Amino acid sequence: METRSYEKYFRQNRLPHLWCPGCGNGIAMKAIVQAIEHKEGWTQDNTIIVSGIGCSSRASGYMDFDTLHTAHGRAIPFATGIKMANPELNVVVITGDGDCTAIGGNHFIHGCRRNVDLTVILFNNNIYGMTGGQASPMTPLGKKATTAPYGSIDRPFDACKLAEAAGATYVARSTAFHVQHLVKMIEDGMDCKGFSFIEAMVQCPTAYGRRNKIGEPAKMMAWMRDNAVMKNAWDKLPDDKKTAEKFPIGLFYKAETETYDSAYHRIQEMAGVTA
Amino acid sequence: MSARLMQGNEAVAEGAIAAGVRFFGGYPITPSTEIAEMMAKLLPKVGGTFIQMEDEIASMGVILGASLAGKKVLTASSGPGISLKQELIGYASATEIPAVIVNVQRVGPSTGQPTAPSQGDVMQARWGTHGDHSIIAISPWSVREAFDLTIKSVNYAERFRVPVILLMDEIVGHLRENVELPAENEIEIYPRRAPKISRAEGYEPYAPDEDLVPNIANFGEGYHVHVTGLIHDETGFPVGSPKVTEDSIRRMHEKIERAADEIIEVQQEFMDDAEFAVVAFGGTARTAYEAVLNARAKGLKVGFVRLITIWPFADKIIAQLAKKVRGILVAELNYGQLVGEVQRAANGACLVKLCRKYDMTIFEPEEILASIENLVAEVK
Amino acid sequence: MKSEFTLKLERCKGCGICVAFCPKKVLEIDTLGKVVVARPEDCIACGQCELRCPDYAIFVDKLKEAAK
Repeated sequence: METRSYEKYFRQNRLPHLWCPGCGNGIAMKAIVQAIEHKEGWTQDNTIIVSGIGCSSRASGYMDFDTLHTAHGRAIPFATGIKMANPELNVVVITGDGDCTAIGGNHFIHGCRRNVDLTVILFNNNIYGMTGGQASPMTPLGKKATTAPYGSIDRPFDACKLAEAAGATYVARSTAFHVQHLVKMIEDGMDCKGFSFIEAMVQCPTAYGRRNKIGEPAKMMAWMRDNAVMKNAWDKLPDDKKTAEKFPIGLFYKAETETYDSAYHRIQEMAGVTA
Repeated sequence: MSARLMQGNEAVAEGAIAAGVRFFGGYPITPSTEIAEMMAKLLPKVGGTFIQMEDEIASMGVILGASLAGKKVLTASSGPGISLKQELIGYASATEIPAVIVNVQRVGPSTGQPTAPSQGDVMQARWGTHGDHSIIAISPWSVREAFDLTIKSVNYAERFRVPVILLMDEIVGHLRENVELPAENEIEIYPRRAPKISRAEGYEPYAPDEDLVPNIANFGEGYHVHVTGLIHDETGFPVGSPKVTEDSIRRMHEKIERAADEIIEVQQEFMDDAEFAVVAFGGTARTAYEAVLNARAKGLKVGFVRLITIWPFADKIIAQLAKKVRGILVAELNYGQLVGEVQRAANGACLVKLCRKYDMTIFEPEEILASIENLVAEVK
Repeated sequence: MKSEFTLKLERCKGCGICVAFCPKKVLEIDTLGKVVVARPEDCIACGQCELRCPDYAIFVDKLKEAAK
């Protein structure tokens, strides 16, 4: 077979990964390394992968870079420290819906606000998978979880809207079904100087799909195929067609604003940096 | 350098810069805020970075990230903020990321008396985070020593790759003294440890060096290091085995225990003829010293023992002391924390009594003197 | 045959994603729970299986003209 050039970005001796059969995280992880591969100047030596805790965050251990598996919810502060300590490094954050929007929610919005030059990819599987299927802030209304046995009554976050409102300068969404699109969304996010946020919808057949009788992994992906609407089409869709299941994917927001490290560089000059 | 009037917190900031700290993440909290304010002013001048984070947890996270990227780092806070930092202090222990945490203690628990002095975080410094871990905590009693011990904290953090708590109290933090700071060439700096072999030669980030401390490569240097809070083997990758778990936790303790005699610093005065001793630390030691002088003026043979290193605890020194004197008075600005350690180390060799205060005011020398006289009377 | 398959079966978890999204129904999951190329002659080398395999277990290369 022809060598798959992205395979060099994996720590071969760590594979196969620990994710369940049919888990979408593997698809999203590959999309990230393919996006990195497309980026001129991004190497395994100058790109840092930072993750939190949870299923998504185990990705860092499989990726052959300097990698940091932090504490639950804390990936963005660690990543901010790395980027500000050495702005030459490309810093990618891998997080999950619980990690990013519950325990790490405050760090998330403040990372957006500061416009730290990070690429944050949220693997949204709508559930706490690692701990066995508890409701997350992105579990849809009415869906079941071990801690919402009668269906969730907690209104979910739209992490993309949250990121945009908080000041992120690149916001996009894609899914594990739309693989090439997902790679493109991540790649464009990496191109954007500033806080880039990409929500990658991934299926969790074990802790979410099964409990909610959505079926096999492929059925969950087919649901993504059938319900995702490209942003352009979504904008033209009459409101009565935007049913509960339908959701937009694509680039939602993009802006050019000074990054935090460049702003701080100005501060250093104002202070009369000598070293 | 000529003498100048300086506050204890200011001396911490100056000491940090002198020690090579180039990254500070913080969050405002009384009575430590001046450290953050000073760092905000000083760091950009030397090419360093100050960042005010959204909370205390993030302040801890951001410095650990910066430390992995090769910077010497420090954060400062007080009781409630230090509580929030504990999660990532545990992370720093487990991942062996050098970091200094300054705690300018105030009255607690909770918001307590935010502007008033206390020494109530002695046990928090040691056991605040979860799980088995080792830690170093040192405590200055003067403005100049705040400067010196900040440098020492940074050096210890780098050398042992362990979180170091600089255990200040509001007394020393807000104390103003005329101090003369050492010249740059008089300051000893422990450099960031570096890998001794290349990746190709089989470098492993968590392989211990002779002193049991690993030489973990900084991010961006091409070593492709994996850092995780999961128990990991020498490669840095998680391993779910009893042996690796045991070895890892043991090494993290032994790297400090092995160097304990060197780390533990205790100042002893008037001990030659002492029949009694007053043990104190930090700001309280200043009053205790005055009380000891007053007691000696009254003809009481009292010595002065100041713990500079709080953790690891000075077990051997206190055990020897307990065999030498007839009674020990522990003076501390809390309900009684350090006294338990002194009793444990003394192991019944002499009477150990507590002189405590927790009413938001500092000790008067007379109060400690009265306790000394009570101790003497009780033994005789 | 238009294609050549490479299977890394130690990585395959038998999730069935490749089977479901194959437009020509070339693939099956065997009794051991691993992917098997049941009808290689039907493969059009579209790569949908490889694209969505979450475990990087299946690779499909278009056979070059010369190899025919």
